[in-house]
Amino acid sequence: MISRPRPEDVGTEAGVDPVLQAFGVEGQHDSGDGSRSTARRERFRLLLRSPTFIIGTLVVLFWIFCAIFGKQIAPYNYLGEPGSILHKLEPPSSQHWFGTDDLGRDVLSRVIVGSRGILVVALLATALGTVAGTAIGLATGYVGGWLDEVVSRILDAFLAIPVVILGVLALVALGPSSVTVILVIGFVFTPIIARTVRAAVLPEREQEYVAAAELRHERRSYVMFVEILPNVSGPILVEFTVRVGYAIFAIVTLTFLGFGIQPPAPDWGLQIASQYIYLSGHIWWPTLFPALAIASLVVAVNLVSDGLARVFER
Amino acid sequence: MSAAERPTTGASGAGATATAGPPALVIDDLRLNFEVRGIQREAIRGVSIRIDEGESYGLVGESGCGKSTVAFAVMRYLARNARIVGGSIRLAGRDLLAMRESELRTLRQTALSMVYQNPGSSLNPSIRVGDQVSEAFQILGVDRAESERRAREMLAKVQISDPDRVMQRYPHQLSGGMQQRVVIAMALAKDPTLLIMDEPTTGLDATVEAEVLDLVSSLRREFRTSVLFISHNLGVVARVCDRVGVLYAGRMVEESPTDELFRNPRHPYTVGLLRCIPKWGSRKADGPLDTIPGFPPAVGAAIAACVFADRCGLVQDICRTTEPDLFDVGEDHRARCHFHDRAQDLPRAEPPAAGTGTGAGTAGSNEGAPAGADEEPLIRLESVNKTFRQEGHEIRALADISIVIRPGETLGLVGESGSGKTTLARTLLGITTPDGGSVVEFEGHPLPMKIAQRTPEQIRALQIVFQSPDSSLNRRHTVRRIVGRALTKLVGMRGEQRQERIYTLTRSVRLDRPALDARPAQLSGGLKQRVAIARAFAGDPRLVLCDEPTSALDVSVQAAILNLLVSLQREEKVAYLFISHDLGVVRYISDRIAVLYLGRVMEVGDADVVFGGPHHPYTEALLSAAPILEGERGPRIRLEGEVPSAASPPSGCVFHTRCPRFLGEICVNQEPPLAEAEPGHLMRCHIPIEELRAMQSKETPPTGSGDANGSGEPS
Repeated sequence: MISRPRPEDVGTEAGVDPVLQAFGVEGQHDSGDGSRSTARRERFRLLLRSPTFIIGTLVVLFWIFCAIFGKQIAPYNYLGEPGSILHKLEPPSSQHWFGTDDLGRDVLSRVIVGSRGILVVALLATALGTVAGTAIGLATGYVGGWLDEVVSRILDAFLAIPVVILGVLALVALGPSSVTVILVIGFVFTPIIARTVRAAVLPEREQEYVAAAELRHERRSYVMFVEILPNVSGPILVEFTVRVGYAIFAIVTLTFLGFGIQPPAPDWGLQIASQYIYLSGHIWWPTLFPALAIASLVVAVNLVSDGLARVFER
Repeated sequence: MSAAERPTTGASGAGATATAGPPALVIDDLRLNFEVRGIQREAIRGVSIRIDEGESYGLVGESGCGKSTVAFAVMRYLARNARIVGGSIRLAGRDLLAMRESELRTLRQTALSMVYQNPGSSLNPSIRVGDQVSEAFQILGVDRAESERRAREMLAKVQISDPDRVMQRYPHQLSGGMQQRVVIAMALAKDPTLLIMDEPTTGLDATVEAEVLDLVSSLRREFRTSVLFISHNLGVVARVCDRVGVLYAGRMVEESPTDELFRNPRHPYTVGLLRCIPKWGSRKADGPLDTIPGFPPAVGAAIAACVFADRCGLVQDICRTTEPDLFDVGEDHRARCHFHDRAQDLPRAEPPAAGTGTGAGTAGSNEGAPAGADEEPLIRLESVNKTFRQEGHEIRALADISIVIRPGETLGLVGESGSGKTTLARTLLGITTPDGGSVVEFEGHPLPMKIAQRTPEQIRALQIVFQSPDSSLNRRHTVRRIVGRALTKLVGMRGEQRQERIYTLTRSVRLDRPALDARPAQLSGGLKQRVAIARAFAGDPRLVLCDEPTSALDVSVQAAILNLLVSLQREEKVAYLFISHDLGVVRYISDRIAVLYLGRVMEVGDADVVFGGPHHPYTEALLSAAPILEGERGPRIRLEGEVPSAASPPSGCVFHTRCPRFLGEICVNQEPPLAEAEPGHLMRCHIPIEELRAMQSKETPPTGSGDANGSGEPS
């Protein structure tokens, strides 16, 4: 082997097409000031310049903080203080900023503590759906052929079933609990995510790095998970955040209908379900504040996914 | 042909003074910045261009030098972060930069046209060709019926033989060359003051490219349109342009009439660029190609004085302190170099073979000689067939291919797209399974058709370098991981040993260590291709398939990669199957050549014999279409029509429908066998070789390697 150095070796910095660089194409080397910025860092910088992403992230972080430290930061016990029954349905005041509910419990404390259940269930359910959906999407997209035909048709069939109906049926059969909710929502999300992943895999499969891997006689699982998966992680991440938003919604819906998280958990959906009857008596606070909490979380999650989508799917 | 069709220097100068009208385009000291993250980055650093009425002006330079940016600036169609910070652009006397959006729109409708590189994406896929071309007239205010009539007329003018049929079609039903004709027809619809063509033939086959370039030349004479022609291919520019400007790092470094530029370049960059291209007839045994060391400066890089100083072999102190003026160095010839009178003394970046390289040169020439003729072939293909079945049609992609590849040699594979080059490569690699009865032997033993059935040794022995490293390298993996994985998988290396091998391997492809932890996007095209080459060489292969490995690269990078491939071959005794449409490159690197047409081998033999002639008529046509820089050409053979569909190949000799030497009945009825016309030279043609020799020597000047070598040097 010749090891004579060449003039070309002097730098690894590349001249970059001005138009590409001007458009800020992903990963183009920033050789002007000699800094070595990876594609990841570049994405991060773009994210931090997006106000929607930042606002969304701050709100989500706030709720995550509440979910972790809820019991410590809540002004009152969310299950009620001794004698709180005497203060039932009090409107917002300096003692109870969000008022009290029909058992005299502090609504603010219940909203704060209630964030944990929904976040945990939503994230786990979406994670389950994403893992399963990614595996199926990679397999159908990469292997193709009859596997793709058969599996895709089955997924299409599942997609035709309404979420709530399927959820209610499963929860009745399995008995309502947080675990069941996670399983049901994960199951419902799987075909949706599988379709997204499959669509992202199809163009990747045509890339020659896949052919190069096959020419080394790599296993299919290696090609799928080590070669292709990192290249489709962007769409998967975006899909994940979008689905978290939908998952929160679905959980609240199921809980409101009584098939989801069970009392005495301070879940937001449960709070609304147990308090909305008082709305007719103009007692709006035990319903409105959990509802606002749900709305803020769903909107924030969507802002985050929006920001991610803009960076990943240019 | 080039001299005949192109107005000579004097004539163009005279023509320019004779015309009363203002020049079609005057760009004066154009300066343009891109704002990237709040920082102004200079992209165009003062460019002045003047294109007279009816003149064709070529803009050349490597990628990233600002060619396309100039074109888009003229169109006033720039990226949002682009700012024109100085200078002026005047189109037929009107100031483009002072125009409002509405005026610009009118101007683009009536006076400015642009033709892009990829005709497939400049046409709307869901609108019939006829409607798209008519629309170009309707914009000008012509009514529907009239516009359709004119569209038909225009399509006929761009030499589409059956305009009515073509108008009914959708773009995807047309070939690339046909699509580009349609785009040109639309561009000419408004009889533009200026036609901008940005790499209009880059994606096309050489034969189609030649046709399109002829078309551009003849249309230019007919319409007297001024053309700004952008290309990285100097041969193409030589064919269609009156004057050429060489752009480097957003600065015009040399400007001259075309012939003068190629005969007498006066800027070291131009000299370097011309040296990078394999001379017509030069061979790897003649020594490495010259390269231009280093990289072009990045957009926005601070440049104190001469833009080329960092890569220039003639650099002196003054080059780093004072920017040279654009010196007048001849009639209508300017060069921005302090030492323009010495530019051609530019020292070679690569030592010539005969000189200092002692052993290297002689070893190379030994390799180049057909020494291994009697050796056992490395690969033997015997009547290999591949038939694709598609909606009831049978498409015969490979028909009775019988070729041998000898150890350590380079077999060049040429032919238009659709000729089966890639299918053949894929068959060898085990991705495509040939039909039953096909024989593929590797070192005398049958090679299993499917990769899963091959032994690790066989997998290791056959590797490939793909055309585009952007696609063939996983963009999420580091160079270390890409090369390391190949070592693990192909040779089973791990740990310390593997690290060591990664270092030697990447050193042998001249990648330095910091590059190992970079991802492909952080490397330039040439460095990426080096990574791909390192990966292919990980398992000490016996045969590396090179599928157009340099066609996506700039000429200076191409030269470096070709040199690398040649030196690796010398050291590793590896054989190459080299696929390329660039005949100069194929001739440079190949020991033997196989010419494919519609899945059939039309001619095979030593490179000198195949290129030196007598040629198969198809090879003759290919050679005559190749854009070459130097030397006179005989009358060009044009291949009429398109490559017939492989689903229904012509009867008899498959080439008879386009053959310039068509004999008659026998060609239509009877397929000629691939027969030995002279020792070691096989040809599939009814015409006896002596007759071919007589026919071809009458018209074509001898292009024997030694001969062209001597006359090809720019002096």
